[in-house]
Amino acid sequence: MSVPRFWREIPYRYRLIGSYCENCKETFFPPREICPKCRRAGNIKNIKLEEEGEIFSYTVIRTAPPEFNTQTPYVVALIKLKNGPLILSQVTDCDVEDVEIGKKVRMVFRKISEDGEAGIINYGYKFVLAE
Amino acid sequence: MVGIIGYGAYIPKNRIKTSEIARVWGKDPVNVEKGLGVIEKSVPSIDEDTITISATAAKYALKRAGIEPEKIGAIYIGSESHPYVVKPSGSVVAAALGCEGELRCADYEFACKAGTAAIQNVMGLIEGGYIDYGIAIGADTSQGAPGDALEYSAAAGGAAFVLSKDNKENIVTIEETLSYTTDTPDFWRREHQHYPQHGGRFTGEPAYFKHVGTATEMMMKRAGITPEDVDYVVFHMPNAKFPMTMAKKLGFSKEQIAPSLVVKEIGNTYSGSSLLGLTAVLDIAKPGEKILMTSYGSGAGSDSFYMTVEDAIERKRDLCPKTWEMVHEKRYVDYATYTKYRKKILMR
Repeated sequence: MSVPRFWREIPYRYRLIGSYCENCKETFFPPREICPKCRRAGNIKNIKLEEEGEIFSYTVIRTAPPEFNTQTPYVVALIKLKNGPLILSQVTDCDVEDVEIGKKVRMVFRKISEDGEAGIINYGYKFVLAE
Repeated sequence: MVGIIGYGAYIPKNRIKTSEIARVWGKDPVNVEKGLGVIEKSVPSIDEDTITISATAAKYALKRAGIEPEKIGAIYIGSESHPYVVKPSGSVVAAALGCEGELRCADYEFACKAGTAAIQNVMGLIEGGYIDYGIAIGADTSQGAPGDALEYSAAAGGAAFVLSKDNKENIVTIEETLSYTTDTPDFWRREHQHYPQHGGRFTGEPAYFKHVGTATEMMMKRAGITPEDVDYVVFHMPNAKFPMTMAKKLGFSKEQIAPSLVVKEIGNTYSGSSLLGLTAVLDIAKPGEKILMTSYGSGAGSDSFYMTVEDAIERKRDLCPKTWEMVHEKRYVDYATYTKYRKKILMR
């Protein structure tokens, strides 16, 4: 990922900042400039999403892209946040067999990837099992 | 007076047993455990480093402080394992906490005492009237060379503190702080070197014991106190033996030092070491009790702090996970997994 692209996404990657449309009362993540439902009638504001949720669905990655291949097997889950939408995230610090649909999770701040030995380190949200 | 209004600790969940490391290097596990007093050590996950540990500890500290992140005027992180050589850890942590903007920020290094140096510098900025609130963090993901004695203890963890002045939110008031510094080359790591080197037994008497002992005695003299006046004493913990010997030498009892000795089960967390001892004590201390803490950084120096516990501790300590709870929340990894997590394997 290019450095400027990652840098632009820091608020939502580090702190789960999403969007809320005051017109249709929907929450979006990643954040949106324009409400995809209301279009011009929408009124989008930034909102801090809850850092707790539960696993809606998940998959186990056993063959990963090169920057993640030291982490296999690992879990990528769709997580239903308490006050928000479904978000896609890695579930870390767990054995894959402990992950189940419906289990409670909470956000942690972790290293996502490194651009090789000399490049930038990308940080952001991941989730851990909270039970 | 400057005090701590919020504190937070973080210890990675992974542990490797001393006996597992000893098995790989053909050492007698009982001898090694007995010699160091360390039965296992914390290992950072593959996605954890000094920045993630600092951010997590600081998040807890802010929660206990109960203030908006925008009010923070300074962030200083002390560590010997900042992920970047050039690019501050502090700016990443500031962004993770939501306190970017008008903010004083720099990373500190002084072996294992850079975190307590950060506290002193934030205290100075607050006393000088430059800022109202500041965060000081000590965190590390320390490395010992494979097979080296350090490998049994070099661990990961950190603690963060939000400081302020004359605040009824104080959980402790820092009555006094002082430092003692000399040029003593007992432990070092040169530029581009992956692992540090140390002077073996030289790290004891002329280094750890001289500096921790002198700084603590200087503090007792300045504060006009004796060991009996203190409820808890906290020292830097390179292993369990050194701080216990130091306590005995200076006239402190086992009961005064025991609550802080997390080193037995997580190893030496370097810049986080004495500070995690402090957070462990804050988890149980009662208002009015006195804490004496002295850190140690190789190279060499010690920072000593004399503190009084305040009333706000009672309503704040349960807001976040406690230090000993984190010590006991663990999953074991074997030596092979540990080498992968710590990037000790040469990869293509």
